[in-house]
Amino acid sequence: MIELTIGPNFFHWPDAQKRDFDLGLAADPHIGTVYLGEVVCSKRIPFFDVTSVRTALERAGKKVVLSTLSEVTVAADRRAVRDACGVPDCEIEVNDAAAFESLAGRPFRIGQLLNCYNEEVLRFLAGRGATHVCLPSEMPLAAVEVMARTAESLGVTTEVQVFGRASLALSARCYHARAHGRVKDNCQFVCERDPDGLDLRTVDGDDFLAINGIQTLSWRYLNLSREVGRLRDVGVTHLRLSPHSFDMAGIAGVFAGLCSGRLAADVADEQLAALAPSAVFANGFAHRQPGYLRV
Amino acid sequence: MTAPLQRPELVCPAGTPAALRAAVEAGADAVYCGLQNATNARNFPGLNFTPTELRAGLEHAHRHGAKLLLAVNTFPPAGSFGLWQEAIDLAADIGVDAAIVADMGVAAYAAQRHPGLRLHLSVQAGASSPEAIRFYCAGLNVRRVVLPRILTIAEIRRLTEGVDCEIEAFVFGNIGMMAEGRCSLTNYATGISTNMDGVCSPAAAVQFEKAEDGGMVSRLGEFAIDCFGGEESAGYPTICKGRYTNRDNPEPYYAFEEPRSLNLSALLPDLIAAGVTALKIEGRQRSRAYVSEVVAAYRAAVDSIMAGGKPDLAGLIGLTEGHKQTTGAYETKRWR
Repeated sequence: MIELTIGPNFFHWPDAQKRDFDLGLAADPHIGTVYLGEVVCSKRIPFFDVTSVRTALERAGKKVVLSTLSEVTVAADRRAVRDACGVPDCEIEVNDAAAFESLAGRPFRIGQLLNCYNEEVLRFLAGRGATHVCLPSEMPLAAVEVMARTAESLGVTTEVQVFGRASLALSARCYHARAHGRVKDNCQFVCERDPDGLDLRTVDGDDFLAINGIQTLSWRYLNLSREVGRLRDVGVTHLRLSPHSFDMAGIAGVFAGLCSGRLAADVADEQLAALAPSAVFANGFAHRQPGYLRV
Repeated sequence: MTAPLQRPELVCPAGTPAALRAAVEAGADAVYCGLQNATNARNFPGLNFTPTELRAGLEHAHRHGAKLLLAVNTFPPAGSFGLWQEAIDLAADIGVDAAIVADMGVAAYAAQRHPGLRLHLSVQAGASSPEAIRFYCAGLNVRRVVLPRILTIAEIRRLTEGVDCEIEAFVFGNIGMMAEGRCSLTNYATGISTNMDGVCSPAAAVQFEKAEDGGMVSRLGEFAIDCFGGEESAGYPTICKGRYTNRDNPEPYYAFEEPRSLNLSALLPDLIAAGVTALKIEGRQRSRAYVSEVVAAYRAAVDSIMAGGKPDLAGLIGLTEGHKQTTGAYETKRWR
């Protein structure tokens, strides 16, 4: 049976909002695994205590995984990665190669922001303790199929993001700070104003991208409702919902319906459109088309 | 100043056999090139080398005391690994001085199958910390790491102290704003993946349109990347150098970075003192004349620094994008 997960929250939500959201997942019957931890910006880490949320989720029977930072440059980033890898009795999801040294042979998961595009990377990392891989969201279905098959032969489970804005790029520069005439060191946490990212429009007025600190995301939302059946058939074991300010429990319910075959994709899409009214959906990457398209 | 400066290797772009000869003639210590397919990050029509040209290029470089490095620095998608495997086999067979790799699978294949083939870690791997660099060196037999263009010179100095491999840094040319190897912007707009296909902003998806006000709009796929007034010259549409609007910036602004080129000429002595052992010039897509001029200028600058002089690279401004240059991340943290 395919399992639904909640991926790491890319955004800098106010502490209370983040905590309420995470604790709410404890009661969600559709979610099996929850990824906690800051993956975008080490400056945000001191604001949020993962430990108590983790305990509550584990008591409720959820699998909790701690995701590491995706862009590791300065001392604070490096410390954050070392700290995360030192948390006892918790699975770690690696989003940058900086984490491997601290893991020192401990089993780990490959995050969607670590470049794992092919069988050979998977084989190499499985040999070093990888137990699970979340594939990059730009990977086409044909390649996903090969990866899922290879993963199965290696005893590794496979995850694909099926909902939420796609992470398209990382940088060392904070674009939120830049949008406000600041730099990263004096950002004053302006990213907190945008729970789903700050929308960027082209000079024609077309919605195009969304910025979130050092991260650039798609303006459209990945929605692989039409591909869930194929993902299941090729051996993908986990489907990731990336957190947004929408009713994520409702969205999880729709994907649970798709997984069980209870909901057809067109019915699911109608329900998702009602649950995420401002979201325009895309699945182009899966079909080797421009990522913003829905095919 | 304490220890004497170590003479750095000048690593120069060779998009074509003609550019290779020009770079060697202008004083390159090493040239880097790619094959005519998706295995390298400058997979543009009309660029790159056939295996026969690569052999001839290697002979030419060696005859003139220069090294040849082969970039195999993209990320093979599952099911297509064979093409990258062939590129690595060819590199070993021809006897290039090093292969520049980014993908852990490609590096692992090379390390296992061709242990004698020297490996450099491409900027596309985005190894920006001592921990990541040590991982690639210990686990994948990497001997040199090309740093992402996101570190200050002070950070580079601390980093070189924490690793025991060679460190290469970019000093001139195009400056992408996104962490190399971690950008799907082009794929989102065009369906061509920078990581898997080796192309950023493919020319086939580029359009320039006359705007109603007499200006010009540049597009990548369906998306307008920038617009230019009558007097402005229209730049090539690269997503991270476009102008956009948002809630807080109703007038179009460079949301990521302005179109300008990296030029570290003024900081070269500091960079060399920080322990950088190879200096890289970007631009395999550039003309032979460009390569000639930039390489000669940097050759003279490095020689002058090693002789205790001050480099004069004022003439290079004419070769920068839009005649605008920057020291990027290297000078100050305030760039971030």
